[in-house]
Amino acid sequence: MPSSSPSTNAVDYKVLIGMEIHVQLATRTKMFSSVANGAHPDHSNAPPNTLVDPVILGLPGSLPIMNKRAVEMAMMVGMALGCEIPSFTKWDRKSYFYPDLPKNYQISQYDLPLCAQGAIEIPLADGKYKKVRIRRAHLEEDAGKLLHDGGESFSQVDLNRAGVPLLEVVTEPDLSSPEEARIFGEELRRICRYLGASQGIMQLGHMRFEPNINLHISANGQTWKTSISELKNLNSFRSVERACAYEIQRQLAEWHANGAANQPIPKKVAKFTRGWDDDKNVSVVQRSKEDAEDYRYFPDPDLVPVTVSDEWRNEVRKYVVELPIQRRQRYEKQLGLTAKESMVLVEERQNAELFEAALAADGGGNGGKNGGGASPRRLTNILLGIASKTANERGALLPDLGIPAATYAKLAKLADDGTISASAASSVFEALLADPAGDPKTIAQTKGLILVRDTATTEKWVDEALAANPNAVDSYKNNPKKKQASLGFLRGAVMKASGGKADPKLVGDLLEKKLNA
Amino acid sequence: MPSLSSLTAAELAAQIASGQISSRQATQACLDAIDKLNPHLNAYNSVFHDRSLKQADTADAARKNGKTGLLNGVPIAIKDNMCSSFGRTTCSSKILQNFHAPYNATVVEKLEAAGAVILGKTNLDEFAMGSSTENSAFGPAKNPWNTSCVPGGSSGGAASACAARLGFGGLGSDTGGSIRQPASLCGIVGLKPTYGLVSRYGLVAFASSLDQIGPMTRSVEDAALFLQVIAGHDPHDSTSWPAPVPDYLTTLKSPIKPGLRIGLPKEFFDVEGSEPEVKAAVLKALDWYKSQDATLVDISLPYTQYGIAAYYIIAPAEASSNLARFDGIHYGHRTPKPQDLIDLYAASRGEGFGPEVKRRIMLGTYALSSEYDDRYYLMALKVRSLIKQDFDNAFQLCDLIAGPTSPTVAFPFGSKSDNLLAMYLCDVFTVTCNIAGIPAISLPCGLSSSNLPIGLQLLGPTFSEPLLLQTAHHYESAHNWVTRKPSVCA
Repeated sequence: MPSSSPSTNAVDYKVLIGMEIHVQLATRTKMFSSVANGAHPDHSNAPPNTLVDPVILGLPGSLPIMNKRAVEMAMMVGMALGCEIPSFTKWDRKSYFYPDLPKNYQISQYDLPLCAQGAIEIPLADGKYKKVRIRRAHLEEDAGKLLHDGGESFSQVDLNRAGVPLLEVVTEPDLSSPEEARIFGEELRRICRYLGASQGIMQLGHMRFEPNINLHISANGQTWKTSISELKNLNSFRSVERACAYEIQRQLAEWHANGAANQPIPKKVAKFTRGWDDDKNVSVVQRSKEDAEDYRYFPDPDLVPVTVSDEWRNEVRKYVVELPIQRRQRYEKQLGLTAKESMVLVEERQNAELFEAALAADGGGNGGKNGGGASPRRLTNILLGIASKTANERGALLPDLGIPAATYAKLAKLADDGTISASAASSVFEALLADPAGDPKTIAQTKGLILVRDTATTEKWVDEALAANPNAVDSYKNNPKKKQASLGFLRGAVMKASGGKADPKLVGDLLEKKLNA
Repeated sequence: MPSLSSLTAAELAAQIASGQISSRQATQACLDAIDKLNPHLNAYNSVFHDRSLKQADTADAARKNGKTGLLNGVPIAIKDNMCSSFGRTTCSSKILQNFHAPYNATVVEKLEAAGAVILGKTNLDEFAMGSSTENSAFGPAKNPWNTSCVPGGSSGGAASACAARLGFGGLGSDTGGSIRQPASLCGIVGLKPTYGLVSRYGLVAFASSLDQIGPMTRSVEDAALFLQVIAGHDPHDSTSWPAPVPDYLTTLKSPIKPGLRIGLPKEFFDVEGSEPEVKAAVLKALDWYKSQDATLVDISLPYTQYGIAAYYIIAPAEASSNLARFDGIHYGHRTPKPQDLIDLYAASRGEGFGPEVKRRIMLGTYALSSEYDDRYYLMALKVRSLIKQDFDNAFQLCDLIAGPTSPTVAFPFGSKSDNLLAMYLCDVFTVTCNIAGIPAISLPCGLSSSNLPIGLQLLGPTFSEPLLLQTAHHYESAHNWVTRKPSVCA
């Protein structure tokens, strides 16, 4: 028993969150049947109960057949999460009665998961990285969906989702804030999308989250461990973060309210399942682990165990591409991008691939620092600037704009070389949107955007501007406070006189020379 | 020329192929016999009069076009726990009383591809759980040798139909003896193949790791013929064995294997409750093998004594899970006025399942529960590997093992239904094959003083069907048990 009642004052506490995340894999067919998979983009709009066959319906006499591709996809995700892929795994039946589960057991993996013991780094808001350990990741089949549109009298069952391959990733309780819980989910989504293992579309239920939360509360030199809450029904990153935040406050309040009745460090921390109500913003207790169902796991006699050879493992590993976090770190360290820039570029694999292709392309330059190619800086500015703006307006990804990577390289290179100005690059981009097959230099020429670097011509524009703005010239020479502002004004006047074609650097040089003469 | 009802399936197939008789004639004769005798024997749950005659005509047309399968035109039956896209698939249970499967079991596809005419679906103990067909929700099938006796089970309807000439054999399923024991009690041939030799796709599962479909026929040659048709890898069944199917029909007729060693396990001969007449008939059959230069070897299968115990953990455990799907939600019987979801489950299952099925579901649920699984289910799995080891050791000393199929001949209705243990002990010689996954055949080897058939069981290592069939065939050819007909056919 605690020697004193817990303080009602502010206390120190540590948040422990472990995540269980279900990811629907985007295989062509279901986990144990050859019927089409609704989590594959081709079949996401199938009408209810059309993605079914005797296996999915759980008809008597039907038998499951393992989808090897789903196992490979799960292995890829497991490898990306730094997991071991043991050489032996098997399928187990998890029994419970529910109308969305036609066999009244789910084929899952109990004691020997496909992926075990991994860790990944996740990017925190302050630019640092945090390591999160992965306990396991196993494959199972999804259940169907109940639709309660019939009022009180009946419910309907849609079995399209039944049998969709589901990867359940379980972390150690290494996450210490609602934000970290969300970030972990987002990072897992990125990984799955990079690997092509899932589209990760929340609205379609491709990912579902179950955070397990408790607190270690320190007060009066003692530590209390609160009961673990497993939060269910979380289908978005926003609700993950909100539900975790709510649960932390709820547990704190409960601890304060219980006062002396709190048990310090119970032998076994109790566990409760709570459902999150996204509309009311509260979690409601569903059941305690004591009266949890007995799932009566046993090996599924309809399926043979899976042996993973080194050869198979190595073959699958070839498809584990550079992961988002590795790519971000490379962009920051090698290309000098900011954390924010690399994050945005890497978020969508197709965008990053376009960037990579543009970097590698010949921009038509003549060597120099980047050889024939464009500078990462300029490419980043163009892709994250006007190109992203346009793509966002269209709700599209960068490659959807249709402009080839090599064209971006050429455009960036023109700006790198000073052949066109930064603002002219935007004009050329606009023209490319209308004609993605166009050549940036030709467009710049047609639109008269090639900068004039001829001293005599530029001098003429400078003289015109000086003559037209005697007041500014006067301020420059006689009013030290307005000297810089006047110079800027005059530079603008020259650019205007040139119709934007003057080379800004040459203009600056000539202006200063003449004003200081 | 022998009468139609005296022919074996192989003989009939040959006569149809040569045009001596049409499939329509044979099929009509079977349907007539069924109409006459099935009301007494209750061997068939359903009979497809029109469909089978149409199939017969198709078979006759195919013969004329020279395109015939191994069973072209032969009228046969399937046990009513194999899904067919025609008729009902009831498993002799109220819960599936009106269930129409939307697909064919692989064996049904294979039979029809071979030209077989499917007369109907035969009675069984509900969900194949039982040894007498007394657990059928539609009333028991009867033994054609003595209609006050059981035909055995669970494939009792198939055995009764075959023995009474209501078809030229058929398919049964065997989880702990359900092909061999009724074959023995009805005086026919029953083969339980190696686990994985025949696809289970479309067989309504009782215990998935033990279930196997096999032939129930008048002769060993017929068993080989049926096996030839149904064996082989099936992409729909992960547990089916991916290997080519041997030619059983050719090896059947090669001479008895020189130096054949037959093991006689003492555990199969000195069992309490065994009938002396059964033992005597089996020993006499083994004497014949000795006269054919086979060596009889005394062996021991010490873990046999734990076979029934392990079986009655493993089979109900799997059954409790396999039968969970019959819940009144998606198909099958649903209670008319459920209070709520739990009541819908409980009442639908309570009304739909018979007492033996409920008993096994409860046994299995208990055995798998997290508190007891190490004492029961996991322990039974250990016994399972010891029983396998028993056979591995034994097959170092002999090529085949022999013994009685059933400790007794057919028993009167009701005589064991109040004594479950006695009923469960009917399987004492048969369950270990299923537990070990090895094949075994039961063939007639005598008649008791009360004129009831006695079966000899031969067991072999996995995939030894060619040797088993050949060895059984030679005994059968040298004896006249095949030609003996039960009283009901007189």
